[in-house]
Amino acid sequence: MSLSATLANSPPIDSVGVAERVARFCTRSIKKSSKMEALKLALSMIDLTTLEGKDTEDKVRRLCYKARHLHVDLPDLPTVAAVCVYPTMVKVAREELNDCGVKVAAVATSFPSGQDDLSLRIRQTKGAVRHGAQEIDMVISRGRFLAGDYQYVTDEIVAVKEACGEAHLKVILETGELYTLENVRKASDIAIHAGADFIKTSTGKVQPAATMEVTLVMLEAIRDHFQETGKIVGMKPAGGISNSKIAIRYLVMLRETLGNRWLTPKLFRFGASSLANDLLMQIVKQSSGVYQSSNYFSID
Amino acid sequence: MAKKHSNKLDFDTGWHYDPAPESPELAKLKDSYDLFIDGKFVKPTSGKYFDTTSPSSQKILAKVAEADKRDVAKAVTAARKAYEGTWSRLRPSERGKYLFRIARVIQERSRELAVTESLDGGKPIRESRDIDLPLVAAHFFYHAGWADKLSYAFPGRKVGPLGVAGQIIPWNFPLLMAAWKIAPALATGNTVVIKPAETTPLTSLKLAEILQEVDLPPGVVNILTGAGSTGECIVRHPDVDKIAFTGSTEVGKLIRKTLAGTDKRLTLELGGKAANIVFEDAALDQAVEGIVNGIFFNQGHVCCAGSRLLVQESISEKLVRKLKDRMETLVVGDPLDKNTDIGAINSKEQLKKIQGYLKVGQREGAEIFQTSCPLPKRGNWCPPTLFLNASQSHRISQEEIFGPVLAIQTFRTVDEAIEKANNTPFGLSGGVWTDKGAKAFHVSERIKAGVVWNNTFNKFDPASPFGGYKESGFGREGGRHGLEAYLNISETGGNR
Repeated sequence: MSLSATLANSPPIDSVGVAERVARFCTRSIKKSSKMEALKLALSMIDLTTLEGKDTEDKVRRLCYKARHLHVDLPDLPTVAAVCVYPTMVKVAREELNDCGVKVAAVATSFPSGQDDLSLRIRQTKGAVRHGAQEIDMVISRGRFLAGDYQYVTDEIVAVKEACGEAHLKVILETGELYTLENVRKASDIAIHAGADFIKTSTGKVQPAATMEVTLVMLEAIRDHFQETGKIVGMKPAGGISNSKIAIRYLVMLRETLGNRWLTPKLFRFGASSLANDLLMQIVKQSSGVYQSSNYFSID
Repeated sequence: MAKKHSNKLDFDTGWHYDPAPESPELAKLKDSYDLFIDGKFVKPTSGKYFDTTSPSSQKILAKVAEADKRDVAKAVTAARKAYEGTWSRLRPSERGKYLFRIARVIQERSRELAVTESLDGGKPIRESRDIDLPLVAAHFFYHAGWADKLSYAFPGRKVGPLGVAGQIIPWNFPLLMAAWKIAPALATGNTVVIKPAETTPLTSLKLAEILQEVDLPPGVVNILTGAGSTGECIVRHPDVDKIAFTGSTEVGKLIRKTLAGTDKRLTLELGGKAANIVFEDAALDQAVEGIVNGIFFNQGHVCCAGSRLLVQESISEKLVRKLKDRMETLVVGDPLDKNTDIGAINSKEQLKKIQGYLKVGQREGAEIFQTSCPLPKRGNWCPPTLFLNASQSHRISQEEIFGPVLAIQTFRTVDEAIEKANNTPFGLSGGVWTDKGAKAFHVSERIKAGVVWNNTFNKFDPASPFGGYKESGFGREGGRHGLEAYLNISETGGNR
């Protein structure tokens, strides 16, 4: 499909209706074994993230250790899906994680603003992949998008995708800067059209970050493309998903929009830093019947 | 166009929601309920009681008194006495205070009332908790505010109450319909004799307890349980000034015949066969949500349900696919489970009627689609159902089914959509889905129905008048318009 056909297919979005649908997901009451299953699933979908100017190699090493050893006392725990870092930290993260199954994801392409020459952004992407990044989280040029230059946005994604080689490409739309749900839908359609493996809501540096409304619109874009072309694309809400309750609501939304096929870390991720410990606390509560102090959960 | 793949979404396997039921104990039911006359619970003159059962578990919930002609006479006498002696003489602001009090106690006891409603009527607790009960309280609050402002509602005219109002309500929104009837009647200074439906009397009887709790003067509201014959006695009683009925068109016609030649005032809110019109430029995923709310809300036991879907041909395939996917996620089952989307069909008779239409639809040649959701063994259940390729002359497109059954037709032009939407003896509601404002207004103005929703469906508010065209009845409930049904409005003043 051409870009113009993709854009012509981009449907209108009624934000009132979207909010109502979201409210309905939030009335689902997840209890007992379905709750336990959801908690573990959510844990396995986390991209454990540290994206700060003050990050050091030691900090990244500690995070990688945490990624592999979530809790000493709990049996049958999954690991998180990936550790998400800046390109400079890819090497050390990859050393720590080796080939344990936890992937290394790097934010590239002049994260978080994307305000740089495309050639530099591509060089950064290639460098991160060369250092061992298995996943690349790129940002789109929101300014260009808002100016209506959809071709530019398409081309930059295509170019970064090519630079990724074998690495999976997550395309960050930074929905907090797109303002309307129709823009979110349009940007999702463009990203999927241009070859994204995942579409992702936010960098975490702009408010609002992930919301259920935005995520629903993106999931619906993924679903429509799947049903019309057979192409399977993953989804990553990032930023603001800080506790189990919210995470489970996202899973409900995911299940009722895309079905069980997407309930896997291969196709759904949470970009989050504090979510893991809350999930662990809830898992302990589910199995022991009592809440433990947060002091029993390590903060890295 | 892209090549069409048959890429099905999987909603059957994997992660499911465990049951999360409310406890039936929360309903705090008594074994037996008497009639509520003159502020007291009294035994029926005949000594007869009938069982009210749960449409889901089939268990008997309580015994309920059956009122006959003699009980109706007692109730009307009590209502007349209360009207002459206290209620019509009370300062309007005092009437308002009683209504405020009722509203607040309803809020306090809303969980108990919601559980009772779901137990007795079969609707999912999500709806009774999140829709019915908040609206019940809202109706009392809203009309409490009107009680001392009636002259502002009709500037330059004199208003006064009618007297004793006889009210008969259906089983689909038992407590909400009681609120729709009682709140405006009391706010305007009338007194009430009301009969809840035979299959769903319990929340009305709990309302009687609440009326006692707030010290409403005796006789202002009398609640008589019973079947159709009890209702008939109310309609025929010579000392009733006004009849308000919500229910089937068939019974509505009978009532109107009975009242011909009398000076009783009448409002009727009857059946419907509303069309939800979806244009190709609509926000489709949100339209799907509206269609689902339109027809599967309260198992389709909704007089204003969007039971016909008119979809523009260019998007019909896509829309139906989305609709089917959405339906696969609907949970049918225990009304008390917080995850239930579609509860039990209210009665065996109603289930039989719906099943009859399922046969009729297939015989007429429409293509049936039902979801694969497992149904409980005991109880009255009907999975959400679509009839594809329905035609305007099919009975399933013309007659009110009052169940979770949607007849889908396509159209090509705006005019065709309007014509099909209006080509029905009913005219209660309608839905228009388009992203284009001009089209929304153009079509909405031409749909002959009491309420037309644009890009939404089944939204209710006490400030918004509700009622029908044609065989859907006459008179409005809610809003300023709804007050008229309970008032004498004249240049010279009413009864007082």
